[in-house]
Amino acid sequence: MTVSSAEHLPEPAAEIPLHQGREEGTAMTPLLQAAGVSKFYGQRIGCADVSFDLWPGEVMGIVGESGSGKSTLLNCLAGHQSPDAGAVRFDTRDRGLIDTVTMSEPERRMLPRTDWAFVHQHARAGLRMDRVEIAAARIDDRPSAFSGGMQQRLQIARNLVTGPRLIFMDEPTGGLDVSVQARLLDLMRGLVREMDLSAIIVTHDLAVVRLLADRLMVMKDGHVVETGLTDQVLDDPQHAYTQLLVASVLQV
Amino acid sequence: MITVENVQKSFTLHNQGSAVIPVMVGATLTGKPGECVALVGASGAGKSTLMRMVYGNYRIASGSIRVDRTDLATAVPREILALRRHTLGYVSQFLRVVPRVPTRDVVSEPLLAVGVDRKTAEARAVEVLTRLNIPERLWPRSPTTFSGGEQQRVNIARGFAHRYPAMLLDEPTASLDAGNRDTVLTLIEEAKAAGVAILGIFHDADARARVCDREVDVSAFTPERAA
Repeated sequence: MTVSSAEHLPEPAAEIPLHQGREEGTAMTPLLQAAGVSKFYGQRIGCADVSFDLWPGEVMGIVGESGSGKSTLLNCLAGHQSPDAGAVRFDTRDRGLIDTVTMSEPERRMLPRTDWAFVHQHARAGLRMDRVEIAAARIDDRPSAFSGGMQQRLQIARNLVTGPRLIFMDEPTGGLDVSVQARLLDLMRGLVREMDLSAIIVTHDLAVVRLLADRLMVMKDGHVVETGLTDQVLDDPQHAYTQLLVASVLQV
Repeated sequence: MITVENVQKSFTLHNQGSAVIPVMVGATLTGKPGECVALVGASGAGKSTLMRMVYGNYRIASGSIRVDRTDLATAVPREILALRRHTLGYVSQFLRVVPRVPTRDVVSEPLLAVGVDRKTAEARAVEVLTRLNIPERLWPRSPTTFSGGEQQRVNIARGFAHRYPAMLLDEPTASLDAGNRDTVLTLIEEAKAAGVAILGIFHDADARARVCDREVDVSAFTPERAA
Protein backbone atom coordinates (compact mmCIF):
# COMPACT_ATOMS: atom_id res chain seq x y z
CA MET A 1 0.00 0.00 0.00
CA THR A 2 2.74 2.43 0.90
CA VAL A 3 4.74 1.60 -2.20
CA SER A 4 1.87 2.27 -4.55
CA SER A 5 1.03 5.44 -2.68
CA ALA A 6 4.38 6.89 -3.61
CA GLU A 7 3.34 6.57 -7.24
CA HIS A 8 -0.15 7.89 -6.68
CA LEU A 9 0.70 10.84 -4.53
CA PRO A 10 3.93 12.64 -5.31
CA GLU A 11 6.02 13.94 -2.45
CA PRO A 12 5.55 17.67 -2.09
CA ALA A 13 9.24 18.39 -2.07
CA ALA A 14 9.85 16.40 -5.23
CA GLU A 15 7.13 17.57 -7.56
CA ILE A 16 5.46 20.57 -6.00
CA PRO A 17 8.07 22.94 -4.61
CA LEU A 18 6.79 24.86 -1.62
CA HIS A 19 6.64 28.64 -1.76
CA GLN A 20 7.53 28.64 -5.40
CA GLY A 21 4.82 31.05 -6.49
CA ARG A 22 5.91 34.60 -7.00
CA GLU A 23 2.49 35.85 -6.08
CA GLU A 24 2.51 35.34 -2.35
CA GLY A 25 4.83 35.29 0.57
CA THR A 26 7.85 36.17 -1.50
CA ALA A 27 7.00 39.61 -2.84
CA MET A 28 8.64 42.33 -0.79
CA THR A 29 6.74 45.29 -2.18
CA PRO A 30 2.98 45.71 -2.09
CA LEU A 31 1.41 46.39 -5.47
CA LEU A 32 -0.84 49.08 -4.05
CA GLN A 33 -0.54 50.88 -0.76
CA ALA A 34 -3.24 53.14 0.62
CA ALA A 35 -2.18 55.37 3.51
CA GLY A 36 -4.75 57.49 5.31
CA VAL A 37 -6.93 58.00 2.24
CA SER A 38 -9.75 60.44 3.02
CA LYS A 39 -12.35 62.14 0.88
CA PHE A 40 -14.94 64.63 2.06
CA TYR A 41 -17.98 66.05 0.36
CA GLY A 42 -18.27 69.31 2.26
CA GLN A 43 -19.15 68.34 5.78
CA ARG A 44 -19.99 64.80 4.82
CA ILE A 45 -17.44 62.00 5.00
CA GLY A 46 -16.89 60.05 1.78
CA CYS A 47 -14.23 57.82 3.25
CA ALA A 48 -11.92 58.51 6.15
CA ASP A 49 -8.37 57.43 6.94
CA VAL A 50 -8.30 54.20 4.94
CA SER A 51 -4.98 52.33 4.93
CA PHE A 52 -4.03 48.92 3.57
CA ASP A 53 -1.44 47.05 1.52
CA LEU A 54 -2.53 45.00 -1.47
CA TRP A 55 0.01 42.35 -2.46
CA PRO A 56 0.57 40.94 -5.94
CA GLY A 57 -1.93 38.18 -6.75
CA GLU A 58 -4.36 39.19 -4.00
CA VAL A 59 -8.05 39.86 -4.45
CA MET A 60 -9.53 42.23 -1.92
CA GLY A 61 -13.26 42.74 -1.47
CA ILE A 62 -14.80 45.91 -0.08
CA VAL A 63 -18.30 45.48 1.33
CA GLY A 64 -20.72 47.77 3.08
CA GLU A 65 -24.19 49.18 2.59
CA SER A 66 -25.06 51.91 0.09
CA GLY A 67 -23.43 55.17 1.10
CA SER A 68 -20.75 53.50 3.21
CA GLY A 69 -18.04 55.04 1.04
CA LYS A 70 -16.89 51.95 -0.82
CA SER A 71 -17.31 53.43 -4.29
CA THR A 72 -15.74 56.72 -3.21
CA LEU A 73 -12.77 54.79 -1.92
CA LEU A 74 -12.50 52.77 -5.13
CA ASN A 75 -12.62 55.94 -7.20
CA CYS A 76 -9.91 57.53 -5.06
CA LEU A 77 -7.72 54.44 -5.42
CA ALA A 78 -8.23 54.30 -9.18
CA GLY A 79 -7.55 58.01 -9.67
CA HIS A 80 -11.08 58.90 -10.74
CA GLN A 81 -11.43 61.17 -7.74
CA SER A 82 -8.62 62.85 -5.91
CA PRO A 83 -8.51 62.22 -2.18
CA ASP A 84 -8.44 65.20 0.20
CA ALA A 85 -5.79 63.53 2.31
CA GLY A 86 -3.56 60.50 2.21
CA ALA A 87 -1.48 58.68 -0.37
CA VAL A 88 -2.20 55.92 -2.89
CA ARG A 89 1.14 54.36 -3.78
CA PHE A 90 1.45 52.05 -6.74
CA ASP A 91 4.42 49.81 -7.50
CA THR A 92 5.32 51.22 -10.91
CA ARG A 93 7.37 49.10 -13.28
CA ASP A 94 10.27 51.52 -13.53
CA ARG A 95 10.32 53.56 -10.32
CA GLY A 96 8.81 51.32 -7.63
CA LEU A 97 6.24 52.66 -5.17
CA ILE A 98 5.05 56.11 -6.27
CA ASP A 99 2.19 58.15 -4.86
CA THR A 100 -0.39 58.37 -7.65
CA VAL A 101 -2.05 61.38 -6.02
CA THR A 102 1.02 63.57 -6.44
CA MET A 103 2.61 62.01 -9.52
CA SER A 104 2.72 64.01 -12.74
CA GLU A 105 -0.42 64.22 -14.80
CA PRO A 106 1.00 62.39 -17.86
CA GLU A 107 2.26 59.62 -15.59
CA ARG A 108 -1.08 59.25 -13.86
CA ARG A 109 -2.88 59.19 -17.17
CA MET A 110 -0.69 56.34 -18.34
CA LEU A 111 -1.69 53.99 -15.51
CA PRO A 112 -5.25 53.26 -16.66
CA ARG A 113 -3.88 52.56 -20.13
CA THR A 114 -1.22 50.14 -19.00
CA ASP A 115 -1.14 48.67 -15.52
CA TRP A 116 -4.69 49.34 -14.37
CA ALA A 117 -8.09 48.22 -15.50
CA PHE A 118 -11.49 49.35 -14.30
CA VAL A 119 -14.61 47.26 -14.63
CA HIS A 120 -17.78 49.30 -14.17
CA GLN A 121 -21.02 48.07 -12.76
CA HIS A 122 -22.81 49.10 -15.90
CA ALA A 123 -20.96 47.40 -18.70
CA ARG A 124 -22.09 49.91 -21.26
CA ALA A 125 -20.58 52.78 -19.32
CA GLY A 126 -17.27 50.96 -19.40
CA LEU A 127 -17.58 50.03 -23.03
CA ARG A 128 -18.58 53.44 -24.23
CA MET A 129 -16.23 55.40 -22.05
CA ASP A 130 -13.13 53.84 -23.48
CA ARG A 131 -14.27 53.76 -27.11
CA VAL A 132 -14.31 50.09 -27.59
CA GLU A 133 -14.22 48.91 -31.16
CA ILE A 134 -17.81 47.93 -31.30
CA ALA A 135 -20.02 49.97 -33.55
CA ALA A 136 -21.61 52.53 -31.27
CA ALA A 137 -24.79 52.07 -33.22
CA ARG A 138 -24.99 48.48 -32.14
CA ILE A 139 -24.90 49.30 -28.50
CA ASP A 140 -27.09 52.37 -28.69
CA ASP A 141 -29.66 51.18 -31.14
CA ARG A 142 -30.03 47.59 -30.19
CA PRO A 143 -29.09 47.07 -26.56
CA SER A 144 -30.76 43.70 -26.71
CA ALA A 145 -28.20 42.45 -29.19
CA PHE A 146 -25.83 41.79 -26.33
CA SER A 147 -27.02 40.31 -23.08
CA GLY A 148 -25.96 41.98 -19.83
CA GLY A 149 -23.61 39.15 -18.98
CA MET A 150 -22.14 39.17 -22.47
CA GLN A 151 -21.52 42.89 -22.19
CA GLN A 152 -19.88 42.45 -18.83
CA ARG A 153 -17.59 39.75 -20.16
CA LEU A 154 -16.82 41.91 -23.16
CA GLN A 155 -15.94 44.76 -20.86
CA ILE A 156 -13.64 42.58 -18.77
CA ALA A 157 -12.02 41.08 -21.86
CA ARG A 158 -11.24 44.44 -23.40
CA ASN A 159 -9.91 45.67 -20.09
CA LEU A 160 -7.38 42.88 -20.09
CA VAL A 161 -5.96 43.62 -23.52
CA THR A 162 -3.39 46.02 -22.10
CA GLY A 163 -2.09 43.30 -19.73
CA PRO A 164 -2.91 45.12 -16.50
CA ARG A 165 -1.55 44.13 -13.11
CA LEU A 166 -4.34 45.61 -11.05
CA ILE A 167 -8.03 45.55 -11.79
CA PHE A 168 -10.66 47.65 -10.01
CA MET A 169 -14.20 46.32 -10.12
CA ASP A 170 -17.33 48.19 -9.06
CA GLU A 171 -20.20 45.75 -8.45
CA PRO A 172 -19.11 43.50 -11.33
CA THR A 173 -22.01 41.10 -10.88
CA GLY A 174 -24.59 43.75 -9.95
CA GLY A 175 -27.77 43.57 -11.94
CA LEU A 176 -26.80 40.36 -13.68
CA ASP A 177 -28.85 37.22 -13.82
CA VAL A 178 -27.77 34.72 -11.16
CA SER A 179 -26.89 32.16 -13.82
CA VAL A 180 -24.61 34.65 -15.55
CA GLN A 181 -23.03 35.72 -12.25
CA ALA A 182 -21.66 32.23 -11.67
CA ARG A 183 -19.94 32.09 -15.05
CA LEU A 184 -18.54 35.56 -14.56
CA LEU A 185 -17.17 34.59 -11.13
CA ASP A 186 -15.45 31.55 -12.59
CA LEU A 187 -14.02 33.66 -15.42
CA MET A 188 -12.65 36.22 -12.98
CA ARG A 189 -11.11 33.59 -10.72
CA GLY A 190 -9.35 32.00 -13.66
CA LEU A 191 -8.09 35.36 -14.95
CA VAL A 192 -6.72 36.37 -11.58
CA ARG A 193 -4.82 33.08 -11.32
CA GLU A 194 -3.60 32.77 -14.89
CA MET A 195 -2.68 36.39 -15.50
CA ASP A 196 -1.38 36.90 -11.96
CA LEU A 197 -3.69 39.86 -11.47
CA SER A 198 -4.52 41.65 -8.28
CA ALA A 199 -8.01 42.98 -7.86
CA ILE A 200 -10.08 45.26 -5.67
CA ILE A 201 -13.76 44.45 -5.85
CA VAL A 202 -16.51 46.63 -4.47
CA THR A 203 -19.76 44.79 -3.93
CA HIS A 204 -22.58 44.43 -1.47
CA ASP A 205 -22.93 40.73 -2.26
CA LEU A 206 -21.31 38.64 0.48
CA ALA A 207 -21.64 35.44 -1.55
CA VAL A 208 -19.58 37.01 -4.33
CA VAL A 209 -16.76 38.06 -2.02
CA ARG A 210 -16.71 34.66 -0.32
CA LEU A 211 -16.02 32.96 -3.63
CA LEU A 212 -13.80 35.62 -5.16
CA ALA A 213 -11.92 37.64 -2.55
CA ASP A 214 -8.96 36.53 -0.44
CA ARG A 215 -9.34 39.45 1.89
CA LEU A 216 -12.22 41.59 2.98
CA MET A 217 -12.65 45.16 4.16
CA VAL A 218 -15.96 46.14 5.77
CA MET A 219 -16.97 49.81 5.56
CA LYS A 220 -19.59 51.78 7.43
CA ASP A 221 -20.17 55.53 7.25
CA GLY A 222 -16.89 56.06 5.42
CA HIS A 223 -14.80 54.17 7.96
CA VAL A 224 -13.23 50.74 7.74
CA VAL A 225 -14.70 48.83 10.67
CA GLU A 226 -13.14 45.42 10.06
CA THR A 227 -10.56 43.77 7.82
CA GLY A 228 -9.14 40.28 7.51
CA LEU A 229 -9.26 37.03 5.59
CA THR A 230 -12.61 36.81 3.82
CA ASP A 231 -13.78 33.61 5.49
CA GLN A 232 -12.55 34.83 8.87
CA VAL A 233 -14.49 38.08 8.64
CA LEU A 234 -17.64 36.30 7.44
CA ASP A 235 -17.50 33.32 9.82
CA ASP A 236 -16.11 35.03 12.92
CA PRO A 237 -17.07 38.70 12.57
CA GLN A 238 -15.80 40.90 15.40
CA HIS A 239 -17.49 44.22 14.79
CA ALA A 240 -21.17 44.75 15.61
CA TYR A 241 -21.90 46.02 12.10
CA THR A 242 -20.22 43.05 10.41
CA GLN A 243 -22.17 40.68 12.66
CA LEU A 244 -25.37 42.41 11.62
CA LEU A 245 -24.37 42.28 7.96
CA VAL A 246 -23.57 38.56 8.07
CA ALA A 247 -26.68 37.75 10.09
CA SER A 248 -28.86 39.56 7.59
CA VAL A 249 -28.02 37.39 4.60
CA LEU A 250 -30.90 35.28 3.38
CA GLN A 251 -30.05 31.60 3.17
CA VAL A 252 -30.96 29.97 -0.12
CA MET B 1 4.04 20.28 12.30
CA ILE B 2 0.91 21.39 14.18
CA THR B 3 1.26 22.88 17.66
CA VAL B 4 -1.64 24.28 19.66
CA GLU B 5 -0.67 25.99 22.91
CA ASN B 6 -2.98 27.29 25.59
CA VAL B 7 -5.56 28.60 23.14
CA GLN B 8 -8.54 30.57 24.33
CA LYS B 9 -11.60 31.58 22.39
CA SER B 10 -14.88 33.32 23.03
CA PHE B 11 -17.58 34.81 20.85
CA THR B 12 -19.00 38.27 21.54
CA LEU B 13 -22.50 38.77 20.18
CA HIS B 14 -22.77 42.55 19.80
CA ASN B 15 -26.33 42.46 18.56
CA GLN B 16 -27.58 40.29 21.40
CA GLY B 17 -26.74 42.47 24.37
CA SER B 18 -22.99 42.00 23.82
CA ALA B 19 -23.20 38.52 25.31
CA VAL B 20 -19.76 36.96 25.66
CA ILE B 21 -19.75 33.20 25.19
CA PRO B 22 -16.52 31.49 26.19
CA VAL B 23 -16.03 28.40 24.02
CA MET B 24 -12.50 27.25 24.67
CA VAL B 25 -9.81 27.60 27.29
CA GLY B 26 -6.34 26.12 27.60
CA ALA B 27 -6.46 24.08 24.38
CA THR B 28 -3.12 22.36 23.84
CA LEU B 29 -2.07 19.62 21.42
CA THR B 30 0.55 18.63 18.88
CA GLY B 31 0.50 16.76 15.58
CA LYS B 32 3.70 15.34 14.15
CA PRO B 33 4.45 14.46 10.52
CA GLY B 34 2.99 11.04 9.67
CA GLU B 35 0.65 11.15 12.63
CA CYS B 36 -3.13 11.31 12.68
CA VAL B 37 -4.61 12.88 15.81
CA ALA B 38 -8.35 12.50 16.44
CA LEU B 39 -10.30 15.30 18.11
CA VAL B 40 -13.00 13.67 20.24
CA GLY B 41 -15.69 14.92 22.59
CA ALA B 42 -19.45 15.35 22.60
CA SER B 43 -21.26 17.60 20.17
CA GLY B 44 -20.63 21.22 21.16
CA ALA B 45 -17.38 20.43 22.96
CA GLY B 46 -15.51 22.56 20.40
CA LYS B 47 -13.94 20.06 17.98
CA SER B 48 -14.89 22.06 14.89
CA THR B 49 -14.12 25.37 16.59
CA LEU B 50 -10.60 24.20 17.36
CA MET B 51 -10.15 22.89 13.83
CA ARG B 52 -11.37 26.18 12.37
CA MET B 53 -8.87 28.07 14.51
CA VAL B 54 -6.06 25.86 13.23
CA TYR B 55 -7.17 26.72 9.68
CA GLY B 56 -7.26 30.44 10.48
CA ASN B 57 -11.00 30.56 9.88
CA TYR B 58 -11.73 31.64 13.47
CA ARG B 59 -9.62 34.21 15.24
CA ILE B 60 -7.57 33.13 18.24
CA ALA B 61 -8.19 35.24 21.36
CA SER B 62 -4.99 34.18 23.13
CA GLY B 63 -2.41 31.44 23.00
CA SER B 64 -0.71 30.25 19.81
CA ILE B 65 -1.31 27.81 16.99
CA ARG B 66 1.63 26.95 14.78
CA VAL B 67 1.42 25.08 11.52
CA ASP B 68 4.83 24.62 9.94
CA ARG B 69 6.45 28.00 10.63
CA THR B 70 3.31 30.10 10.65
CA ASP B 71 1.68 31.29 13.88
CA LEU B 72 -2.03 31.57 13.06
CA ALA B 73 -2.62 33.87 16.04
CA THR B 74 -0.37 36.61 14.67
CA ALA B 75 -0.13 35.89 10.92
CA VAL B 76 -1.32 38.50 8.43
CA PRO B 77 -3.85 37.40 5.79
CA ARG B 78 -1.31 36.80 3.07
CA GLU B 79 0.72 34.49 5.30
CA ILE B 80 -2.40 32.46 6.08
CA LEU B 81 -3.30 32.39 2.38
CA ALA B 82 0.17 31.09 1.50
CA LEU B 83 -0.08 28.48 4.27
CA ARG B 84 -3.45 27.27 2.97
CA ARG B 85 -2.28 27.21 -0.60
CA HIS B 86 0.89 25.22 -0.04
CA THR B 87 0.94 23.59 3.35
CA LEU B 88 -2.40 23.14 5.04
CA GLY B 89 -5.32 21.31 3.43
CA TYR B 90 -8.84 21.26 4.84
CA VAL B 91 -11.65 18.86 3.99
CA SER B 92 -14.76 20.43 5.49
CA GLN B 93 -18.18 18.84 5.68
CA PHE B 94 -19.54 21.23 3.12
CA LEU B 95 -18.58 21.80 -0.46
CA ARG B 96 -18.32 25.50 -1.27
CA VAL B 97 -17.60 26.19 -4.93
CA VAL B 98 -18.49 28.59 -7.71
CA PRO B 99 -21.70 27.20 -9.22
CA ARG B 100 -21.57 25.65 -12.69
CA VAL B 101 -17.85 24.90 -12.57
CA PRO B 102 -17.14 21.32 -13.72
CA THR B 103 -16.09 18.81 -11.06
CA ARG B 104 -12.81 18.17 -12.85
CA ASP B 105 -11.90 21.86 -12.57
CA VAL B 106 -13.03 22.04 -8.94
CA VAL B 107 -10.64 19.21 -8.07
CA SER B 108 -7.71 20.53 -10.17
CA GLU B 109 -7.93 24.03 -8.74
CA PRO B 110 -5.70 23.51 -5.66
CA LEU B 111 -2.99 22.17 -7.98
CA LEU B 112 -3.28 25.07 -10.43
CA ALA B 113 -3.04 27.41 -7.45
CA VAL B 114 0.41 26.10 -6.57
CA GLY B 115 1.62 26.41 -10.15
CA VAL B 116 1.11 22.87 -11.50
CA ASP B 117 0.38 22.98 -15.24
CA ARG B 118 -3.20 22.32 -16.33
CA LYS B 119 -2.52 18.97 -17.98
CA THR B 120 -0.79 17.48 -14.95
CA ALA B 121 -3.39 18.96 -12.61
CA GLU B 122 -6.27 17.49 -14.60
CA ALA B 123 -4.62 14.09 -14.82
CA ARG B 124 -4.18 14.13 -11.07
CA ALA B 125 -7.80 15.24 -10.55
CA VAL B 126 -9.08 12.43 -12.76
CA GLU B 127 -6.97 9.94 -10.83
CA VAL B 128 -8.38 10.94 -7.43
CA LEU B 129 -11.94 11.15 -8.76
CA THR B 130 -11.60 7.66 -10.20
CA ARG B 131 -10.33 6.27 -6.94
CA LEU B 132 -13.28 7.84 -5.13
CA ASN B 133 -15.75 6.27 -7.60
CA ILE B 134 -17.03 9.51 -9.09
CA PRO B 135 -18.15 8.23 -12.52
CA GLU B 136 -16.60 9.86 -15.58
CA ARG B 137 -19.97 11.13 -16.83
CA LEU B 138 -20.09 13.43 -13.78
CA TRP B 139 -16.66 15.04 -14.31
CA PRO B 140 -17.90 17.73 -16.72
CA ARG B 141 -20.82 18.58 -14.41
CA SER B 142 -20.90 20.91 -11.44
CA PRO B 143 -20.81 19.12 -8.07
CA THR B 144 -23.51 21.48 -6.74
CA THR B 145 -26.10 19.20 -8.34
CA PHE B 146 -24.65 15.99 -6.86
CA SER B 147 -25.96 13.89 -4.00
CA GLY B 148 -24.60 14.47 -0.50
CA GLY B 149 -22.24 11.51 -0.63
CA GLU B 150 -20.95 12.49 -4.07
CA GLN B 151 -20.35 16.07 -2.96
CA GLN B 152 -18.43 14.82 0.01
CA ARG B 153 -16.23 12.66 -2.19
CA VAL B 154 -15.56 15.61 -4.51
CA ASN B 155 -14.57 17.60 -1.43
CA ILE B 156 -12.21 14.82 -0.40
CA ALA B 157 -10.77 14.56 -3.92
CA ARG B 158 -10.13 18.30 -3.84
CA GLY B 159 -8.43 17.99 -0.46
CA PHE B 160 -6.21 15.10 -1.54
CA ALA B 161 -5.34 16.32 -5.07
CA HIS B 162 -2.41 18.38 -3.83
CA ARG B 163 -0.18 16.69 -1.27
CA TYR B 164 -0.34 19.15 1.62
CA PRO B 165 2.18 18.50 4.42
CA ALA B 166 -0.61 19.05 6.97
CA MET B 167 -4.33 18.29 6.73
CA LEU B 168 -7.51 18.92 8.67
CA LEU B 169 -10.34 16.44 8.11
CA ASP B 170 -13.84 17.20 9.41
CA GLU B 171 -15.79 13.93 9.33
CA PRO B 172 -14.42 12.73 6.01
CA THR B 173 -16.27 9.40 6.15
CA ALA B 174 -19.62 10.65 7.47
CA SER B 175 -22.05 9.85 4.65
CA LEU B 176 -20.08 7.28 2.68
CA ASP B 177 -20.87 3.65 1.91
CA ALA B 178 -18.47 0.89 3.00
CA GLY B 179 -16.46 0.84 -0.24
CA ASN B 180 -15.91 4.59 -0.43
CA ARG B 181 -15.24 4.77 3.27
CA ASP B 182 -12.46 2.25 2.80
CA THR B 183 -10.98 4.28 -0.08
CA VAL B 184 -10.94 7.44 2.05
CA LEU B 185 -9.28 5.63 4.95
CA THR B 186 -6.70 4.26 2.52
CA LEU B 187 -6.03 7.78 1.23
CA ILE B 188 -5.48 8.88 4.82
CA GLU B 189 -3.11 5.95 5.45
CA GLU B 190 -1.15 6.82 2.31
CA ALA B 191 -0.90 10.46 3.37
CA LYS B 192 0.40 9.41 6.77
CA ALA B 193 2.96 7.13 5.15
CA ALA B 194 4.10 10.11 3.07
CA GLY B 195 4.64 12.11 6.27
CA VAL B 196 1.51 14.24 6.37
CA ALA B 197 0.42 15.50 9.79
CA ILE B 198 -3.35 15.04 10.14
CA LEU B 199 -5.91 16.41 12.59
CA GLY B 200 -9.28 14.73 12.21
CA ILE B 201 -12.81 14.56 13.53
CA PHE B 202 -14.33 11.10 13.10
CA HIS B 203 -17.58 10.05 14.71
CA ASP B 204 -16.98 6.60 13.25
CA ALA B 205 -15.08 4.79 16.03
CA ASP B 206 -13.81 2.01 13.73
CA ALA B 207 -12.39 4.56 11.30
CA ARG B 208 -10.71 6.30 14.21
CA ALA B 209 -9.22 3.04 15.44
CA ARG B 210 -7.89 2.28 11.96
CA VAL B 211 -6.19 5.57 11.04
CA CYS B 212 -5.68 7.59 14.22
CA ASP B 213 -2.60 7.26 16.40
CA ARG B 214 -3.92 9.31 19.31
CA GLU B 215 -7.05 10.95 20.59
CA VAL B 216 -7.36 14.39 22.15
CA ASP B 217 -10.52 14.94 24.18
CA VAL B 218 -11.60 18.47 23.41
CA SER B 219 -14.08 18.56 26.32
CA ALA B 220 -11.06 19.11 28.57
CA PHE B 221 -10.85 22.56 26.92
CA THR B 222 -14.55 23.35 27.24
CA PRO B 223 -14.84 26.32 29.64
CA GLU B 224 -17.61 24.88 31.86
CA ARG B 225 -15.49 21.90 32.77
CA ALA B 226 -12.24 23.78 33.06
CA ALA B 227 -13.73 26.40 35.37
